[in-house]
Amino acid sequence: MTTDAAEGGVEAAGVAPAADVGFLQRYGASIEYILIPAAALIGALAVFGLFVAMYGKNPLDLYFYMYYGAFGTWFSWQNTLTRAAPLILTALCTALPAQLGMVIIGGEGALLIGALSATAAALAMQGAAPIVVQIAMVIAGVIGGGLWITLSGALRQYRGVNETISSLLLVYIGLAILNHLVEGAMRDPASLNKPSTREIGAANMIGTIPGTDVHWGLVFGLVAAIASYILIYHTTFGFAARVAGGNIRAAKIVGLGVGKLILTICFLAGACAGLAGMIEVAAVQGRTNANLAAGYGFTGILVAFLARQNPLAIIPVAILLGGISASGGLLQRRLGLPDASVLVLQGIIFVFVLASDALYGRIGFLKGKS
Amino acid sequence: MADPSIGLWTVPLAVFGGAIRVSTPFLFVSLGECITERSGRINLGLEGTLVMGAMSAYGISYLSGSPWLGVLAAGITGALLGALHAGICSLPRVNDVAVGIALMLFGTGLAFFLGKPLIEPTAPRLPAIDFGWWSDIPQVRAALRINVLFLIGVAIAPLLFWAFKTTRWGLLIRTAGESSDAARAMGHSVLLIRLRATMVGGFLAGIGGSFLSLFYPGSWNEGLSSGQGITAVALVIFARWDPLLCLWASLAFGGAAALGPALQSVGVTSGYHLFNAAPYILTLAIMIITCSPKRTLTGAPAELSITR
Amino acid sequence: MDFGRISRRHLLQGGAALAAGSALGLRGAMAAETTIGFIYVGSRDDYGYNQAHAQGAAALKKLPGLKVVEEEKVPETDAVEKTIESMINLDGASLLFPTSFGYYNPHMIKMANKFPKLRFEHCGGLWSEKDPKNAGSYFGYIDEAQYISGIVAGYSSKSGKLGFVAAKPIPQVLRNINAFTLGARLANPKATTQVIFTGDWSMPVKEAEATNSLIDQGVDVLTCHVDGPKTMVENAARRGAMVCGYHVNQSPLAPKAYLTGAEWNWEALYPKFVKMIAAGETIPNFYRGGLKEEIVKTSPYGEAVSAEARKHADDIKAKFLSAEGYAIFKGGLVDNKGKTVIAAGTDRGQKDPELEKMDYLVEGVLGATS
Repeated sequence: MTTDAAEGGVEAAGVAPAADVGFLQRYGASIEYILIPAAALIGALAVFGLFVAMYGKNPLDLYFYMYYGAFGTWFSWQNTLTRAAPLILTALCTALPAQLGMVIIGGEGALLIGALSATAAALAMQGAAPIVVQIAMVIAGVIGGGLWITLSGALRQYRGVNETISSLLLVYIGLAILNHLVEGAMRDPASLNKPSTREIGAANMIGTIPGTDVHWGLVFGLVAAIASYILIYHTTFGFAARVAGGNIRAAKIVGLGVGKLILTICFLAGACAGLAGMIEVAAVQGRTNANLAAGYGFTGILVAFLARQNPLAIIPVAILLGGISASGGLLQRRLGLPDASVLVLQGIIFVFVLASDALYGRIGFLKGKS
Repeated sequence: MADPSIGLWTVPLAVFGGAIRVSTPFLFVSLGECITERSGRINLGLEGTLVMGAMSAYGISYLSGSPWLGVLAAGITGALLGALHAGICSLPRVNDVAVGIALMLFGTGLAFFLGKPLIEPTAPRLPAIDFGWWSDIPQVRAALRINVLFLIGVAIAPLLFWAFKTTRWGLLIRTAGESSDAARAMGHSVLLIRLRATMVGGFLAGIGGSFLSLFYPGSWNEGLSSGQGITAVALVIFARWDPLLCLWASLAFGGAAALGPALQSVGVTSGYHLFNAAPYILTLAIMIITCSPKRTLTGAPAELSITR
Repeated sequence: MDFGRISRRHLLQGGAALAAGSALGLRGAMAAETTIGFIYVGSRDDYGYNQAHAQGAAALKKLPGLKVVEEEKVPETDAVEKTIESMINLDGASLLFPTSFGYYNPHMIKMANKFPKLRFEHCGGLWSEKDPKNAGSYFGYIDEAQYISGIVAGYSSKSGKLGFVAAKPIPQVLRNINAFTLGARLANPKATTQVIFTGDWSMPVKEAEATNSLIDQGVDVLTCHVDGPKTMVENAARRGAMVCGYHVNQSPLAPKAYLTGAEWNWEALYPKFVKMIAAGETIPNFYRGGLKEEIVKTSPYGEAVSAEARKHADDIKAKFLSAEGYAIFKGGLVDNKGKTVIAAGTDRGQKDPELEKMDYLVEGVLGATS
């Protein structure tokens, strides 16, 4: 990513001067980072509109309802933000390892294990002050999720097992463990037709941000995203990670402990997803059951890639995707489109954004050419 | 009729039958992926291709009345998705793993979108060939009612093994996978080779999908693939990019998937969730045992992004 | 393109609908255009659970003055809360049917508290005094229909071995398995039911494998309790076994193999609810019933059902329909571990809350609950 920007800058410096070339020289690369994804998004929306038109619906209606359902009213905004909250955290589970050049797609598994650990902690501490229980839940969720992804990191570091595949397999294994415990050892006998653990208790729930319906998970997500950004771009540790991500051999030559980097980053990544799981329990469900496997981990992968693995960019992208899923219901109800329209649109956006990677440093006018 | 029950023999028989019934999609996807990866590119999108293949096969079979046309349609759909993958990947600086994930989402979404009206109708299915005529035991006969797609898959595996080794075509694919510079030096377009390899891979994965909807379980619905496509991609890695090992790995997988229900049917009931996760645990275990941090995987194409 | 004007026009329409909706909500009674929202957890044409509800919704669409809005594949997370709110805020829905079990607690309860003037009707939940008064739960004693299926299955099986493909060992499912088995043993005291749990509500490959394993064990009549019975019905019929359906009538899928089936009768119940509201009556918060109350029904007998079986099944059906009713779970009931689960002399009638907690499999069932 950074090399692309540098390349663009260098090329911009080498061309004939135009009236505003100074501005473009300085900001050309940054403008690209906004312009290209925006163009990709518009292109994707146009293709999706065409697709819907072939299905016999008016694309203008489509765009209107998408806007209306996602951002058109205060309610729509809250709907969007609520859906964005877990996505920020699960996206970090993919974005952080990506700094090291690793592709982790098992955030869903870490979310489930994080939720399970947080619930176990809360149930073990019934009777303690709510704030104590909540802190214990955060710690348990972070450790549970963190260790789950660390497992993929360790397998890669010590056994050479591909982390993309192992993290995905661990999703299915994590889900089996959750179901096994929820229907067995951790089952609340009173949870009759929906096997669940006992409830963590209303007092221990973390509630919503005052004046809104949006739970505190959004704030957790924002803090984690900003902290990750600072960690990656403004600390020595982050610098080392990016060096290792660029070239493992070079990192080894300059004496970076790549193993330690991999394990630490994987732990942090899993911790974010585990935190998302803890929040689903503490802010939404109040207990652990199979409902937690709602696919947030998988949508998070999409968010991370669309944000080009940049922790700050994850925030607007998560809101965008939260908006798309918030408007999905309206598309079903008003336009009679199938629920899968949301998946199709996400897929098209993803394809366009990836294909647009080829454009960086190649847009004529940003280089100062006329 | 004698007592039709065969008691505990159900388990090995179910695992054997399951190996045949459940393995076919794995087999086709892994063989397809094997070709693609040998050319130096990974296509994680085959999960989407599989689902899209299942949907289009069912749809065409329903509309035309011919399941074989459905199989062909699934293959063509798969090849088109493969071309899309290869097309995007041929742009500079585009990551093939990410494109795969995008196409997984796109393929699945499109299949669900277009497949809505197909959930209810019943489409003509592929016929089975009865290989169990020699047996008096109905269970054995049932296990040996084999679809010809399985046999085609079994035949493709050695064929591919041979083709990679001895044909010019196989050599080209391997060259593109080992060193794109070498392929270029020989005067071939690496992108074109990979385009073809990805399209053939998609074609096979699409056919794997048609088996799901047209033979076993034999109807279209949205829960049809529980990750078979992506698991098959994992399978290629532990099969060391060897088509013959892909065949054995697929069979082992199918058998593992049949284990959970079969054990319950003879009374082993505790921990069925864990037994159901057996295929995933098995894959992970085999990967842990067979991988090594010290050397690059034997047989791994050098150009492949995930093994570098 | 003039997006502005289109948006304004739509916005005005949307706003008008919103105003009308809330006004209706405040009035509470059914007025000229009442909007009813249906939420499904899966596809509404799954030949199963969701389709049964969608058939009920379709019956409402035929009534004058009603508008039905539907959304499918809504997960059991806060997404369903947002869907409910969206139906209320953007579509003006005043009566809501979230039809999946996992929607009830905490999601629908939360929404019922938030919108005290609107009516919420949940399928399957267990409403209790502590829940909001504007929320209700309804369900059908479908085990009555399963009992009838069991009788037919008992006569039709040559091997005396029946099979049951089930999702999870929860009370509603166990009750069906037990009722089916007790019915079968009425016809053939030696009959047994082998049960296989697949682990989740929609797992086509597992369901097909379970079907094959059962038939390999000598089972020749099968039924199931999963969301979409299509896989079991088709695969069993292909192997020459006979089937009893579930949720809706699956006889078109296997006309020769289909004996009978236990079906929901939502298309009778939902219009009844709407008429009660229109007449100013209150729907009981806890609403249950079986064959007599027309909440469940049995599929017409298939051609393979013998005259003897028809007569016996019809006799028992007549008892269910009679004023004094009929108890499936009679005193002296022994489970498959030899333990007496209902003491001799105390018949447990359908409405007995103890039955809602069922955690055993009766004598004659091969399988275990964990």
